[in-house]
Amino acid sequence: MDVNLMVEVTPLLIKAAWITIDISIRAIILGFGVACVLVFLRSLQIKPLQWFSRGYVSVIRGTPYFVQLLLVFYGGPTIGLTMDPFTCGVMVGAFNIGAYMSEAIRGALESVESGQNEASRSLGFGRLQTLTYVVLPQAAGLMIRSVGVLAIVLVKNSSLVSIISVVELTYQAQRLIGSTYKPFEIFTLTAVMYICIVYAVMGIVELAYRRATRYTTLVKRVQ
Amino acid sequence: MTIETKTDTPMVEIVNVHKKFGDLEVLKGINLTVPKGKIVSIIGSSGSGKSTLLRSVNHLEVIDDGVIRLDGVQVNRPDMKGLAFERHINHIRQNMGMVFQHFNLFPHLSTLDNVTLAPRKLKGMARKEAEELGREYLNRVGLADKADVYPSRLSGGQKQRVAIARALAMQPKVMLFDEATSALDPELVEEVNLVMRDLAKEHMTMLIVTHEMAFARDVSDWAMFMEGGVVVEEGTPDKFFSNPDHERTRNFLRKHLSSQH
Repeated sequence: MDVNLMVEVTPLLIKAAWITIDISIRAIILGFGVACVLVFLRSLQIKPLQWFSRGYVSVIRGTPYFVQLLLVFYGGPTIGLTMDPFTCGVMVGAFNIGAYMSEAIRGALESVESGQNEASRSLGFGRLQTLTYVVLPQAAGLMIRSVGVLAIVLVKNSSLVSIISVVELTYQAQRLIGSTYKPFEIFTLTAVMYICIVYAVMGIVELAYRRATRYTTLVKRVQ
Repeated sequence: MTIETKTDTPMVEIVNVHKKFGDLEVLKGINLTVPKGKIVSIIGSSGSGKSTLLRSVNHLEVIDDGVIRLDGVQVNRPDMKGLAFERHINHIRQNMGMVFQHFNLFPHLSTLDNVTLAPRKLKGMARKEAEELGREYLNRVGLADKADVYPSRLSGGQKQRVAIARALAMQPKVMLFDEATSALDPELVEEVNLVMRDLAKEHMTMLIVTHEMAFARDVSDWAMFMEGGVVVEEGTPDKFFSNPDHERTRNFLRKHLSSQH
C-alpha cells in the first residue's frame, strides 16, 4: 500500500468531497421544497392535482436515478433544457429526493392520531393553524428520521453525477487513478470520506430528532 | 331580527337533523332544544347515533339535512363554500367547548400550554395574561400544581380535567361532553364528574353524551334516549329515569342501572 501517495492525494479528495457535500445540501433543500409542494397538491381536494402528485411520485420511484440523470442531462437539450453538469446534478437530485420525501412527510403527518386534529379544530383552529401548532410538532420526529435516511441515500447516489462529469468525490477519485494507477489506495480513501459524510448527516439527524421529540422525555415545562 | 328575540333564543337548537354514513342512516330527523344554562343528557347504546349527534353540533360531523343553531346563529351552512365556510365554522367553534372520550390533550405541550394555546393564538391574548387565565382554569379543575407538567405524566382523570380546562379557557357558550368518563378507570370517574357538577352549578349550558345513568339523572334538566338514529323518549330526569313511557327505554335503563353497581 502506497501510504505516501494516499497522503499526497488526500487534500485533492477532500476538496472534491466539498463538491459532494455542496451538491447534496442544495438538492436536499430544494428537494424539501419539491416535497412540500407535492404534499400540498395531494392534500387539496382537487382530483387532477392529486393525480399529478401521485403520478409524479410513481414515475420517480419507478425509474433508476441513474437513468433520470442521463435523460435530463443528455436528453434535456432536445427539448430546450440545457444545464451545466453541477446544476443538472442538483436539480435531478432534488426532484428525485422530493418524490420520496413527499411520501415520508405525508406518512409522518398521517401518523398523528386524528383525535389531535379534532381537538384542535374543536377549539376553533383552522387547518393551517392545526398543522402548525398541533400536527407538525408531533410529526416532526418521524419526519426528521425518514428524511434523514433519504438524505443519506442522496449523498451516496451523488457519486452517480460523476457520469455527467461533475468533479465531485467519485469523479476526482477516478481522475487520480487515471494518472497514478492506484485504485486500491484511492478508492479506499474515497470510501472513508463517504463514511465520514454519511455519519455526519446521521449525527445531525439524531440531534434534530432528539430536539423534536424532547417533549416525550420532559417532565416539566421549560421556560 | 329584533332585539327581544335574543333573550329567548335557545343556546343550542337541533332541527330535523339527518345524517348518513354511506347507505346507513344514523340520524333520522332529530330535534332538540337546549335552553341557556340548561343541561341535557343523551343516552343510548353504541351505534344509536348519540355521539354523531353531539359531533354534528360543532360540525365535526357534517349533517346531510336539517339545521343546527348556536345562540341563534346557524352552524351548518350548506350555502357557504370553501374559505368562507372555514372562517364561519372556526368562529362558531370558538364558542363551543368539546370534551372527548380519549381526552386528546396535546402531548407536546405542558398542561398550562394546552390550556393557553387557543386563547393566545385565537384571541391574541398576551402570554402573561393567558397564563394567568390558564392557571385560574387549572385551579378550577383542581390541577393548579400540575401546570408545568406534560400530559404523559397525568392520570386519565387528570387528563380529562385538563381537557375540560382547555375547553373552558375559550369561555364557550356551551360545553359538549362526548362520553367524557367512558375511557376512565372506575375510581377516576368521580373526579371528572365533580368538575362537571361544578360547571352545572355555574349554569354552564351543557350537552352530555354519557353512560353514567346516576350522574345523568342527578345533573340533567332534560334527558333523551336515542336508538337507531331516532329519539325514542325524552323528558325531565325524574320522569325519565323512574317512570319512562316506552318499553325500549325501560329495557335500556334496566340493563344499565343494574350493571352499574
